[in-house]
Amino acid sequence: MKEIVVISGKGGTGKTTIAASFAALAENAVMADCDVDASDLHLILRPVIKTGNRFFCGHEAEIRKNDCISCGACLANCRFEAVKMNGDVAGEAEFSIDASACDGCGACVYLCPVKAIDFHSRYCGEWFVSDTRFGPMVHAVLAPGAENSGKLVNLVRMNAKKTAEETGGNIIITDGPPGIGCPVISSVTGADAVLAVAEPTLSGLHDLRRIMELARHFGIRTLVCVNRSDMNTGISEEIEKLSAESGAVFAGRIPYDDEINRAHDGGISIIEHGKGESVGRIREVWNETRRNI
Amino acid sequence: MSTGTGSKTAGKIFTVAVASGKGGTGKTTVAISMALCAETDVQLLDCDVEEPNAHILLKPSIQGNEHVSMPVPFLDEAKCTGCGKCSGICAFNAIVFLKKPLFLPDLCHSCGLCMKVCPGKAIMEKPRHIGILEIGAKGDVGFVSGCLDIGIASSPALIRAVRKQSKNAGLEIIDCPPGTACSFVTSVKDSDFVLLVTEPTRFGLHDMTLAIKVIKQLKLPFGVLVNKSISDDDCIGKYCSSEKIPLLMRIPDDRSIAEAYSRGVDLMEVKPELKDGFLKMIDAVRAIAEEDGGK
Repeated sequence: MKEIVVISGKGGTGKTTIAASFAALAENAVMADCDVDASDLHLILRPVIKTGNRFFCGHEAEIRKNDCISCGACLANCRFEAVKMNGDVAGEAEFSIDASACDGCGACVYLCPVKAIDFHSRYCGEWFVSDTRFGPMVHAVLAPGAENSGKLVNLVRMNAKKTAEETGGNIIITDGPPGIGCPVISSVTGADAVLAVAEPTLSGLHDLRRIMELARHFGIRTLVCVNRSDMNTGISEEIEKLSAESGAVFAGRIPYDDEINRAHDGGISIIEHGKGESVGRIREVWNETRRNI
Repeated sequence: MSTGTGSKTAGKIFTVAVASGKGGTGKTTVAISMALCAETDVQLLDCDVEEPNAHILLKPSIQGNEHVSMPVPFLDEAKCTGCGKCSGICAFNAIVFLKKPLFLPDLCHSCGLCMKVCPGKAIMEKPRHIGILEIGAKGDVGFVSGCLDIGIASSPALIRAVRKQSKNAGLEIIDCPPGTACSFVTSVKDSDFVLLVTEPTRFGLHDMTLAIKVIKQLKLPFGVLVNKSISDDDCIGKYCSSEKIPLLMRIPDDRSIAEAYSRGVDLMEVKPELKDGFLKMIDAVRAIAEEDGGK
């Protein structure tokens, strides 16, 4: 079983367009959406949820006002600016925790001299195993603004693998998050390959270099394709050259195509839509990807 | 916070976070256009530390770099009694215990708790490099950008370092990362207004609604700018009018804008006629924030 993760560095380059197309083109695939805090793949694959599971991860602190002696130890020990002091003089001030800043480390909880701080487990989202017209899909929704997106990503990947084993799937197609931080690292470590979807802009090139460096850092085989390649053919060429120089496989160029938004408005992939210049090119990128993993 | 902004009267710093949910909708383009248009003391903070791009369009001269580190624990073996308390208390499973603790810096959140609870005072901290701040200016526009080291997971720590560079006056514009998770929250927190830049596609609308959920939890005033706009009667317009969300500006879908962007040319150079629209939007943003602060 192989696992390919579609990533980009820069946001909005077309990861979900490509992942949804791959889902339509693959046989015996399991789909995973690891962009857990802004997931869109479900808008195209329209999964029918079979099982949903709540995801609790980590803790958050809450001060019991009646037991607090206003000593300020919590404020002094918090490195995340999550303890708010209402009033000026320690000893009389009222302390509270800003849940949106609390990292869940427990420093205030353990170091409170009168043990006046509770440590609740934190609801961080939900994850689902679903059916789609292209096969099983594992996806998730991070609770608004929640921490621990990396751990939710791990859960999605683990269950995508399990689902593939149970259903005889031979490839996992993963829609990844943008960036190079925590959720991206969780999405790519240990995968068979990543496909970086780049756009031919100076920003796109800058971000592609960083995501390729990240893939190299973790020793992951890298493929690159350019989306909206005709927007700037010079930079598209530069991207192709960069791939060759850094040992990545160049998987193809996809032209700008109005039909993609039309397909997505109808809740289908561009492959099913069947119209538009990009269809054949995405098919070629898929074939190249399949050959190289 | 709705009650917090009221204390910030005119003349004090006014912070607008430019965010989106979905990536690639034009946050950086909008943030830079606002900074270039504003006829006031203005500073741009690029908090998209995983993929910072503002410098490509703004082309500031960089006056200095600052290295940013996080403290991570290390052990004075002679003092360690092998009690294992550090490992048991770490919320991030960043300390493996085999007779002595082994620290895993990739998982460490730098909370410092292990050091504080160690009965033998055997744990100390050393800095771990996580990224660089670039500080500079383009004309009257002050500029700070954070760039995360490759392989480092902890973006929020670097975002906090960027935001510490805040001045105490003028207009502050924050170029936020995409998504709705902790990096986004760290970037928009305590701002006076969140401007959501979106595009009239299903993905743009869906991710904007996710971002709005978070912003409502944070109790921040917000409004919407539609980029790549084709029609006034699109899915974003309909959503905003049914939810009574202020739709503050539309930037037309125009291939010449996209092509200029691809070459690193900023919007104000290609479409200077949009300046008026940006100035009006900044005024509208201030008015909404003031009204919200007065609640």
